[in-house]
This record gives sequence, C-alpha cells and structure tokens, in this order.
Amino acid sequence: MAYGETPSQTVGPYFAYGLTAGQYAYDFTDIADTTIAGPDADGEHIRITGRVLDGNGDVVNDAMIEIWQADANGAYTENPVDVASSGFRGLGRCGTGTDAQNRFYFDTVKPGVVADGTAPFVNVIVFMRGMLVHAFTRFYFDDEAALNAKDDILQSVPADRRDTLIAKRVETRTGVEYRIDIHMQGDAETVFFDV
Amino acid sequence: MSTFKPRDWGSHAPFIAPGYKSTILRGPTQAPLAIKSGLSEGTGPRFAPASVRKLDFDLTKNGITNGEPLGERIVVHGKVMDTDGRPQPDILVEVWQANAAGRYVHKLDQHDAPLDPNFRGSGRCMTDANGNYVFYTIKPGAYPWGNHFNAWRPNHIHLSLFGPGFATRLVTQMYFPGDPLLELDPIFLGTEDAAARERLISKFSIEKTEEGFALGYQFDIVLRGRNATPMEN
Repeated sequence: MAYGETPSQTVGPYFAYGLTAGQYAYDFTDIADTTIAGPDADGEHIRITGRVLDGNGDVVNDAMIEIWQADANGAYTENPVDVASSGFRGLGRCGTGTDAQNRFYFDTVKPGVVADGTAPFVNVIVFMRGMLVHAFTRFYFDDEAALNAKDDILQSVPADRRDTLIAKRVETRTGVEYRIDIHMQGDAETVFFDV
Repeated sequence: MSTFKPRDWGSHAPFIAPGYKSTILRGPTQAPLAIKSGLSEGTGPRFAPASVRKLDFDLTKNGITNGEPLGERIVVHGKVMDTDGRPQPDILVEVWQANAAGRYVHKLDQHDAPLDPNFRGSGRCMTDANGNYVFYTIKPGAYPWGNHFNAWRPNHIHLSLFGPGFATRLVTQMYFPGDPLLELDPIFLGTEDAAARERLISKFSIEKTEEGFALGYQFDIVLRGRNATPMEN
C-alpha cells in the first residue's frame, strides 16, 4: 500500500447548506435529495422513513442519512444519463432536521433482487455530529421473509439482532411506507457493517 | 468491476473517542460486522460534469449579493487517488465551511461572529482526468464550540466525496499547516495515529499561490484501493 487512507472526520452540525441545501431551504443546489425514484420510475413506489436515536433514546435532529439502492429490476444505475431517462436516481440523502418528528424520509421504489440468493435491501450510511467515522448499515423489508431467510449477509447477523435491519411495511392513506429506526446504542443497537 | 480493499481502521478514529463528547452517546458500541463486498458496495453514484455549475467551484463568487466576501482568498488544489496511488478521475467533491470570521451560514450556528452577506461557504467541483481538483474560497476562521471549556475548532474546510463506489465514501476535514489549535482539538485528535492525522493537514504551496490574488494550498485525498482480482458475480 503506497499511500495511507485519508482519515474520516465528522460531518458536524452544519452540513445542511452544503449537502442538503434544497431540503433545508438554503440558496444552493443539491446533488441528491429525498427523492430516490421519481414518479416515472418503474416499480412499487414506497416511502422509507424512520428516526435516529442516541444512547439515551433521544431522537437525533442533526443526522444525515444516505441510501444507495438498486432499481425495481435489481440493477444499480451508475450512469447519470440512465438516471435522467428512467427517473430512478438510486441515491438519496436526507437530514433529520426538517421533519416535525425529526424523521428521515425517502421516496423511492422497492428495490429488486440484485443477485440470486439475496433479499431486496437498500444500502444505508449514517453521518452525524458525534461520528468521526460514518457507519454503513442496510434496510431489508419485513414482507420478504422467505428471501430474508436465504440472504447470506442477513443470516450472518446474530439472530437476536437481525430485526434491527428489517423495515416494517405500513399501508397509509398516502401510500406504502416502510418504517425503521436506527439505534446508535442500547439493547436494540442497529447492526452496522464493515463494508 | 472489482471490489475494494477493506477499510484501514488504523487510519480512522474509533466510533467512540471520549475526548469528543458527542461520540459517547452517538457512536455504535458494537464492532461493525465484516461482510463480503459485492455489487452493492462496489457500485456508487456517478456525477455528470453538468451537476457542477459554473461558479460552484468558486466560493469567493458563488455567494455574492453586493460585493466581495471579506477575508483571505485561497485556492485549494488536490489530487484524489487510491491507496495504490491511482488517480481517481470524475469524482465529485463537495465542500462547505465557516466564513473568515468563523461563522457558518447554517441557521443553528449561534456563534457571535458576523455573517458575510457575500459568502455562503458551500460549493463543489469535480476531479479531472488526472484526479486533480481545485476550488477557490476564503480561509475559514476558527470558532468556539461547547465540547469543553475554551474549546475552539481549528480552521478547517469540510469535504465530502463518494469516490468510485459506495464503499469508498469519505467525509473529512482539511486543516491548515501550523495551526496551534490542532493539538488541542478532540476532532482532529480523534484519529489516534499521528501519521494518519498529518494527512488531514493541507500544505502551503508557493507554486499554487496566484500572484497578487490568492494563497495556494495542496490537499491530496486518498481513498481505499481496489482488490487485484475481480469479484465473482
């Protein structure tokens, strides 16, 4: 290894006018926001929402969550031209400081299966003041029990912690929501991955 | 597509670094579970040059309302590469920072220092074919924070990059050489390895300094390298 990695540093409390300007109504553009899939994207349109809780169980109002996910066919869309034509961006970014309950929320489509023997899921990164290194996790879906039972990575998680990764489907007046909270610490501490 | 080498945890801070108090209740207490990386980690968002507008890379101009921002103009050059020294082209770099007085535009920043009507403090740029990026800005000021008595953050600029995959995601801070606050700053010191910490400090460069206009700094960024063998699909 010729060069050492540049250390990670915290995103701090004041990221919003740089990274999530549109969501927080600052006069700057975004490269990603809470819309992962636009209305024209193929697939079942869903909202993913939840809270981030600290070791006291207090809701964190200055976290930033990013999601990177496959489209409804299980394909990752890296090419910006494909993003523009399909309405599927794959990337989402949301701060927890604008929702009345300090939730993160993403409008997207349910991802397809990326490879045989895996369950659908979205990749998640958690950033916040108080984290010098961001943490990777995943959200799986509770109505995919059969596939979840065969997913190698989910099954590699100790059984008593697996539920921390599974979002719960709720039918609301405005559509389908999957709800999941991220617990940084405590009995229900979310499983984070070293990817 | 190939996968990325594992993160070198020796180059990074632990999740809980008690000197930085906010980590105590916010850092995970259990070690992250290692997973075999695949498509989901090896892919990541790409950005078209069009996602960077004309003035995005010039923070001395992109927040102007009625004049020039106050403070010391600087130009920051850097190369984004991986741990094998391979330049990383077409990488989006997002930046944000306090103004010359040490005040952020953010609505929750209550520090009693003036806002600058001509400086917002956020921008972005992309690396070229050789992995080089450049942005213009104002040298950010130091500011107090509540971590401990008389705590002051050293001058710093926040940078955010995806790199070539979701696994290479990096958010970091660039510091300035010779800053006496560095050895007192629990965020900088959160990285326990002194040699790794040095990589957070930019270098003053008279070659990059622009005659009569702006002091030059060099800040190279090193992301995880790729494994030699392609992943199995």
